[in-house]
Amino acid sequence: MARNVSTPTKVGFTIAAWAVALLLFAPILWTLLTAFKTESEAIASSPTFLPQNFTLENFAAVQERSDYFKHAFNSIVVSVGSTLLGLIIGVPAAWAMAFAPTKRTKDILMWMLSTKMMPAVGVLIPIYLIFRDLRLLDTVHGLTIIMTLINLPIIIWMLYTYFKEIPVDILEAARMDGAELWNEIVHVLVPMAVPGIASTLLLNVILAWNEAFWTITLTSGRAGTLTAFISSFSSPQGLFLAKLSAASLLAIAPILLLGWFSQKQLVRGLTFGAVK
Amino acid sequence: MGSISLEHVKKSFGEVQIIPDITLDIKDGEFVVFVGPSGCGKSTLLRLIAGLEDTSGGTILLDGEDMTKAPPARRGLAMVFQSYALYPHMSVRDNIAFPLKMAKAPKEVIDQKVEYAARTLNLGSYLDRRPRALSGGQRQRVAIGRAIVREPKAFLFDEPLSNLDAALRVNMRLEITELHQQLKTTMIYVTHDQVEAMTMADRIVVLNAGNVEQFGSPLELYKKPANRFVAGFIGSPKMNFVDGQEAAKHNAHSIGVRPEHFALNRTATPGVWKGKVTVAELLGSDTFLHVQVEGLGLMTIRADGDETYTHGDDVYLTPDATRIYRFDAAGKAI
Amino acid sequence: MATAQTRTLARTMMAPAVIVLLLWMAVPLAMTIWFSFQNYSLINPLMTGFAGWANYEYVIGDPSFTQSLINTLILVGGVLLITVIGGIFLALLLDQPLWGQGLLRIVVISPFFVMPPVAALIWKNGFMHPGYGMLGHLWKFFGLQPVDWFNQYPLFSVVVIVAWQWLPFATLIFLTALQSLSEEQREAAEMDGANAINRFWYIIMPHMARSVTIVILIQTIFLLGIFAEIRVTTGGGPGYASTNIAFLVFRTGILSNDIGAGSAGGVVAVIIANIVAIFLMRAVGKNLDA
Repeated sequence: MARNVSTPTKVGFTIAAWAVALLLFAPILWTLLTAFKTESEAIASSPTFLPQNFTLENFAAVQERSDYFKHAFNSIVVSVGSTLLGLIIGVPAAWAMAFAPTKRTKDILMWMLSTKMMPAVGVLIPIYLIFRDLRLLDTVHGLTIIMTLINLPIIIWMLYTYFKEIPVDILEAARMDGAELWNEIVHVLVPMAVPGIASTLLLNVILAWNEAFWTITLTSGRAGTLTAFISSFSSPQGLFLAKLSAASLLAIAPILLLGWFSQKQLVRGLTFGAVK
Repeated sequence: MGSISLEHVKKSFGEVQIIPDITLDIKDGEFVVFVGPSGCGKSTLLRLIAGLEDTSGGTILLDGEDMTKAPPARRGLAMVFQSYALYPHMSVRDNIAFPLKMAKAPKEVIDQKVEYAARTLNLGSYLDRRPRALSGGQRQRVAIGRAIVREPKAFLFDEPLSNLDAALRVNMRLEITELHQQLKTTMIYVTHDQVEAMTMADRIVVLNAGNVEQFGSPLELYKKPANRFVAGFIGSPKMNFVDGQEAAKHNAHSIGVRPEHFALNRTATPGVWKGKVTVAELLGSDTFLHVQVEGLGLMTIRADGDETYTHGDDVYLTPDATRIYRFDAAGKAI
Repeated sequence: MATAQTRTLARTMMAPAVIVLLLWMAVPLAMTIWFSFQNYSLINPLMTGFAGWANYEYVIGDPSFTQSLINTLILVGGVLLITVIGGIFLALLLDQPLWGQGLLRIVVISPFFVMPPVAALIWKNGFMHPGYGMLGHLWKFFGLQPVDWFNQYPLFSVVVIVAWQWLPFATLIFLTALQSLSEEQREAAEMDGANAINRFWYIIMPHMARSVTIVILIQTIFLLGIFAEIRVTTGGGPGYASTNIAFLVFRTGILSNDIGAGSAGGVVAVIIANIVAIFLMRAVGKNLDA
């Protein structure tokens, strides 16, 4: 039942909420607008809101300078690849924890989550040296492995909470119906958990896309993802605010759109199913 | 064929002993009901037979073959779950076909058997629906259909009717009984409802705290309960029990009289129990009187539907002397 | 409960995940600990051998360590404070009857999707730059001297950026929790004569406790390792004013090529994280029925 309120109250709340929301959104909006301005307009002492001389030259300049498409391609490969790899390892593990729990299951889950708490810097140096010796530095597959490892605990935890909601009866019914484990997982568990697996996938693609520690420290030119791409804009060279905005927009647009479309599934995933 | 033998079957979860030691013989084609209060181990026993749980000791024989360690899929049994456990992402047709698909049956055979099951269970017009588009009774039928197509040695039912409303429950009860008469396959049926047990079973196993209190036909249980527990559990409303002096008159530690085995009188009769009606439940066919008997406590009496007692009425009760059950100090029937 | 067979199967299914995570934890960590007791510099290859506690004395003894530790706590604490309190208020606001709720959610969550270096650069150049940033323009509009945020308030500026990124997360989690509060419970409270403030304290807040724990847990995991925001804005400066432990290790180990000292810093970072983790797991373990 919706609460009944008078129209003026509703108008008041609407205005207040939109004001706060737009304030939060302002940096993104401002970047969007600046990306289409000329450099001189972008840093003019009396700022303009809408671009006066609408231009796409910033985007061309960014591609020219740092090869956006190569970085974007790397980002896609690393984030999607690591998520799929994580799901392949994570689905069986989550199945085991959700449907054949032991006294230690909870401890193992907590331990897995605690690996996320280990600060990356604690292992940066050995990883850096190992990668150097194995010639994995600045490679896409090296980065994919790291990304899989850092997101695996989250993947398992999310899948676990989704799987827990599937009545164990149904899996037992499959067992009674003569299904081997493989068939039980492929024909019964996975189809039933599709929404959960989808939101796990989405959240992890986003987390991997935005990961900015390993991508920056372990790559330089070849395997750089968009986080490395954008970091190369951190030291200003000449007139650059508009180009920086264009680069920023290019870096966040794909995931922003993905996030907007999947917002509902994501929020549930983000809470590890703990908030209903 | 589908005879099931349990020999000294034990089950404990860690420290907690659920089933101390059970030996049972279920004949081929029998309809056996496991009945008992919640937590008595009846569902656990069923799951042990199904292979969904390991035994902690003892042997389970199916058709004389030791299946104690066999996985559920190999035992050739079919189970109908309390929650129906239908696959929500499959159509009714695919649900019923699933066990056959797992057994890699050829397509024509699958179609034929699904067709047969659908006809038997009146599911023909729902075959392409998803389970969530079905009513509770229809879901139950799909679950049974899924069990039928396997042509199992035995059917296992785990409280299959407890999620249905009262009217539907009576219907499904009849349908399952009919199905049994038609298929003549062994069925084990778990319930906490003694009415279901009495109406459906060839033989009933009464379980309490993991022990078999009695194993016999419904009427045997009603007429010759082995002990006070069975006497109290079978029959509705429950048997009335009396301890102390009144029992000692009959050379027993306690005696029991079923609600239907009393004669009622409005006028004082010497030597019978005197009481006051607290509540009279008028069902039309019967009237249940709850009577506070002097010195003996609250008793339930089943009277004729035409009796018109109300709250506060005095009543004199004469138990039918031939139908007084006597129990010793350990609760065993004498 | 299940059969022994299922349990054996379960262990096999869990093995790959457990093994890779164990390796991922143990091998590099053991190496970090090993290096932390070695003289190991990429610049000076002649310096080798066992170092004893020298690396630790060097790292912990340095005033930059204390400052980084304090900065880490301020960073985590500050962001948590802003996002939890701000998030609750924003969630309460968004939970009111209003027009365009769906669109509002999308607008509000947007900052969460912005990758850290972009967030940092947008704020640094588009907003906090004293010359052409939006805030500079705003200050000038009011006749004030524009602030050079990253030089004058480096740590505060980083907190603002990080809080901006995480406020949407907190808000949406709280909003989800709020919307799961049954209308009947609210109505019952209203019938019982509770006013808005009482309802907030006695009905809404207890209901939100669980989601607050979750927000704190998840955010802390990420906030302890804040890196990119510092790297692209202040570079940890001026001096060590905005260096947290994570960035300090990076500075010592990678930028100064002192593997030994960097590793010692890494070990200390792990210990600190563990202290926080144990503390948090205690609090959350009770709240999360895993």
